[in-house]
Amino acid sequence: MELITPDFGLIFWQLLVFGVLFFLLAKFAWKPIIQSLAEREQSIDEAIKLSETTRAEMAELKAGNEQLIASARAERDALIKQAKEASDAMISQAKLDAQTAANQEIEKARVAFEQEKASAVAAIRKEAATLSLDLAEKVLKSQLKDKSAQEKLVSEWMADVKLS
Amino acid sequence: MQVKTSIQKMYFSNILLGLFLSFISLSAFANEPAAAPTSEVKETAAPAEAKSEKFDPGKLILHHIADEHEWHFFTVGHFHATLPLPCIVYTASAGLQVFSSANFKNEHHEEVPYNGFVLEHGKIHAENGEKVYDISITKNVASLLLSAVLLLTIFIGIGKKYQDNPHRAPKGLQSMFEPIIIFVRDEIAKNNIGEKHYRRFMPYLLTIFFFIWFNNMLGLIPGGANVTGNIAVTLVLAIIAFIVTNVNGRSTYWTHIFAMPGVPKWMLIILTPVEIVGVFMKPFSLMVRLFANITAGHIILLSLVSLIFIFENAALGLAVVPFSLFMNVIELIVAFIQAFIFTMLVSNYIGSAVEEHHH
Repeated sequence: MELITPDFGLIFWQLLVFGVLFFLLAKFAWKPIIQSLAEREQSIDEAIKLSETTRAEMAELKAGNEQLIASARAERDALIKQAKEASDAMISQAKLDAQTAANQEIEKARVAFEQEKASAVAAIRKEAATLSLDLAEKVLKSQLKDKSAQEKLVSEWMADVKLS
Repeated sequence: MQVKTSIQKMYFSNILLGLFLSFISLSAFANEPAAAPTSEVKETAAPAEAKSEKFDPGKLILHHIADEHEWHFFTVGHFHATLPLPCIVYTASAGLQVFSSANFKNEHHEEVPYNGFVLEHGKIHAENGEKVYDISITKNVASLLLSAVLLLTIFIGIGKKYQDNPHRAPKGLQSMFEPIIIFVRDEIAKNNIGEKHYRRFMPYLLTIFFFIWFNNMLGLIPGGANVTGNIAVTLVLAIIAFIVTNVNGRSTYWTHIFAMPGVPKWMLIILTPVEIVGVFMKPFSLMVRLFANITAGHIILLSLVSLIFIFENAALGLAVVPFSLFMNVIELIVAFIQAFIFTMLVSNYIGSAVEEHHH
């Protein structure tokens, strides 16, 4: 019976000790502990969330970069293609131009040459005529130096005329 | 005479414990003649003393689990290792008096009256029959103060660490208690009271949890006091739980007691008294559960050890020591479980009190 009879003194001390213990612990232990545990959890939570958003942002950024690179590459390819085409066109144009110029030059040269040739031929012909006239004159002169020869010639011509 | 009874006891123990133990008890019997003359001498010289020295396990166990005015550690022969504690008593005529409990013992370790007070069965009475208000620092109070100092040192120290670097990982003692604090918060408070209100009750719940746990464990130390196995201590804890629960009772809580919704009106004649009894029964069960569990644990341990002395056979120790070691470990678990159950039930009651109407 004594075992289950609460003692006045112990009730008094238990109330006092527990009360004081509660207030001291609540103020100096549980308050900072609970608060900093909550704060720590919150900060960890925030850090995790931040890292997640950062990761998402990074992925987005990476995708954007890749897109950018791809478009830049396409643009570059297009530019190169364009440039190549332009240069090809220019080269062929230049070739064509050069060809025509050369042809014209050749034509001109040929025409000039033809003219020169014609004039040269004419000149040579004239010279040859002169030379042959001179020659014929000289031959005639030499052959008709003496009388006999002249006579003979005349006779010959006469003979010819007769014959004809 | 005594030799004969001890032999009988020995044979009884032999039957109980089988062949192996009987072999060892026979060797104990061989030593018996040497011990016999001294007991005979005692019997003839001082029959009163011999009678008082007769082992009474019931008395020993009750003495160990009860409160007392001095802290008795052990007795070897006539040497009593006790720590006298201060007695604080108030009577209407003599007023408040403070004196050492050692005054109640004379040099022969016999109980004597002091200053108009007598110590009878661990209680102080006035010789003139006056009512005595005894607020002495008894063994339990001393143990209570010790546990309070321990709790304050540990948890204020931990609290400082949290304050100094709140975002760092816990270290040392802090990391030992942090999982338990989080366990109390998440598994006990949050689960039973709910996300909305639990924070308000955290200091109270943590205090009762660690108070009960520490005192349970201090009680398991040999020579320790049986604080949480004392009805006065659990009574105060239950009264506080009762007050905390009912002060925080909301309309839903009170309607469930006085006018249970969804029940025929005439049923309330039966239900309402039952619910009202329940209001008081809940803290009462808290009080009895903690008291009974801790006291029962102490009684079991003491009974096991007493077996050795009942059978006056040291060999029994071979069986008793491992078993009481096992029980001690069980008691360590019980110490935690009882603290957990008490806190969980209190938070459950608080949870039902602060619960908001939802159907």
